[in-house]
Amino acid sequence: MRQIAYDRASSVDDALRAGAQPAAAFLAGGTSLVDLMKLEVLNPARVVDVTRLDLSRIDPSTEGIRLGATATNAAVAAHPEVKRRFPVLSEALLSGASPQLRNMATVAGNLMQRTRCAYYRDLATRCNKREPASGCDALQGWTRMHAILGGSEHCIAAHPSDMCVALAALGATIHVRGPRGERDIPFADFHLLPGDHPEREFALDPGELVTSVFVPATPAAARSRYVKVRDRLSYAFALASCAACLAIEGGRIADARIALGGVGTKPWRSPEAERALAGQSPSPEAFHRAADLALRDARTRRDNAFKVELAKRTIVRALALVAEGA
Amino acid sequence: MPDHERGDGLTRRELLVSGAATVALACAGAPARREGAPPQKPGEPMDIVLVVNDERRALRIDPRSTLLDVLRENLGLTGTKKGCDMGQCGACTVLLDGMRIDSCLALAAQYDGRSITTIEGLAKGDALHPVQEAFLQEDAFQCGYCTPGQILSCIGFLREGGGASDAEIREGMSGNLCRCGAYPNIVAAVRGVRGRI
Repeated sequence: MRQIAYDRASSVDDALRAGAQPAAAFLAGGTSLVDLMKLEVLNPARVVDVTRLDLSRIDPSTEGIRLGATATNAAVAAHPEVKRRFPVLSEALLSGASPQLRNMATVAGNLMQRTRCAYYRDLATRCNKREPASGCDALQGWTRMHAILGGSEHCIAAHPSDMCVALAALGATIHVRGPRGERDIPFADFHLLPGDHPEREFALDPGELVTSVFVPATPAAARSRYVKVRDRLSYAFALASCAACLAIEGGRIADARIALGGVGTKPWRSPEAERALAGQSPSPEAFHRAADLALRDARTRRDNAFKVELAKRTIVRALALVAEGA
Repeated sequence: MPDHERGDGLTRRELLVSGAATVALACAGAPARREGAPPQKPGEPMDIVLVVNDERRALRIDPRSTLLDVLRENLGLTGTKKGCDMGQCGACTVLLDGMRIDSCLALAAQYDGRSITTIEGLAKGDALHPVQEAFLQEDAFQCGYCTPGQILSCIGFLREGGGASDAEIREGMSGNLCRCGAYPNIVAAVRGVRGRI
């Protein structure tokens, strides 16, 4: 790890001042940033510790729930209102990382976590995300863990988060503060597709700090599940995962939300699949149709063609579990 | 040099530990960084206090030090193991205010003033902690390298109110890898000590 200065922010304003200094990075749980600093993939000259700020509260209201930026993954997953009104979020969090890491990792840190693409993490290889315009060794490399949706000719790195898949399905909003004031960013706009600039990953302006995430309460949110398929039973990144939320009225699907993990270059919500389910009665046929639509634009590489069928089955299984629970 | 060959009655480990303790004492009087003080420069040492196994330890550290390295290198508490050093094996598990974390991904600077429990802090004199007893009783290790992390993780799991079924124990202990594959006996140890701490 290169040399750093450590700043402990005493207020959000103090954090924004410190974060405006050259090569500064905000630091919360450290499970992603410290790891990447050790590998010298990320090299901030200064880390601004935001964990002592009053940003860890979890505030339920009738409209939804506001998750403080530094609330830990463990605290959010265990919160009774999250479990009752947003089960998909609790399940997604509990399917990610390990208990130790969930005790450290935070909401905002999870939003900001970087890809686990092996080429991104290895300084001996070329990576457009790590070193802009240097090339991508993943394209012709070992692609079992890579994305099949949302990739470009410059990057096919999969987004690693489980929490973000649930938040994408739930239609969350990210609240940020920066040098020019506060604003809300819709979840779908927060993570950027790699396109021609894989190094640009977030819709944040320089110096902006995530302060909370708001999750709206809906009937579909309360009837939701997360299904994750991976190479071992626990403590592994997704090969494919699905967050599914269904509101069913009079035997028909009134509202469907579907998002995928492990297969997209960002948390992958599928409006096509959602539209196909609206107004249908919940049935295996309808679920299969939705799954086909969600993967219609998949582009596979040498080692990850299996993910198309796996993702479809994961979607069908998640939808069936939600429908069974109705 | 083999431990038994030293003429001064100190083992190599004791010598290393006492050396580290001297360093820790020497910087105990250093002033803490003040609020509103000019920003620290990269690499500038900083002073922190950790309460480790109920003992207050004042330390001067490089700001990039991990909690794991501070425990092992500055405090000589080598019971906490470095396995993967990237949050994937759990050998470095310690308790932070009673909650299990991976100390390899924790910057020590962030934990200034906080309470850390390591494997060295569990026994009361010659009386082992019940989880240590359970691991002995069930033969829940082979080489032993992952064992301190497994034991601390087990204490954290039980404090979190972890479930009683073998499946819940396996999931709850999934952050600790054992290269020797002692998992069946580890699960038995956790099952056996449940409700006894």
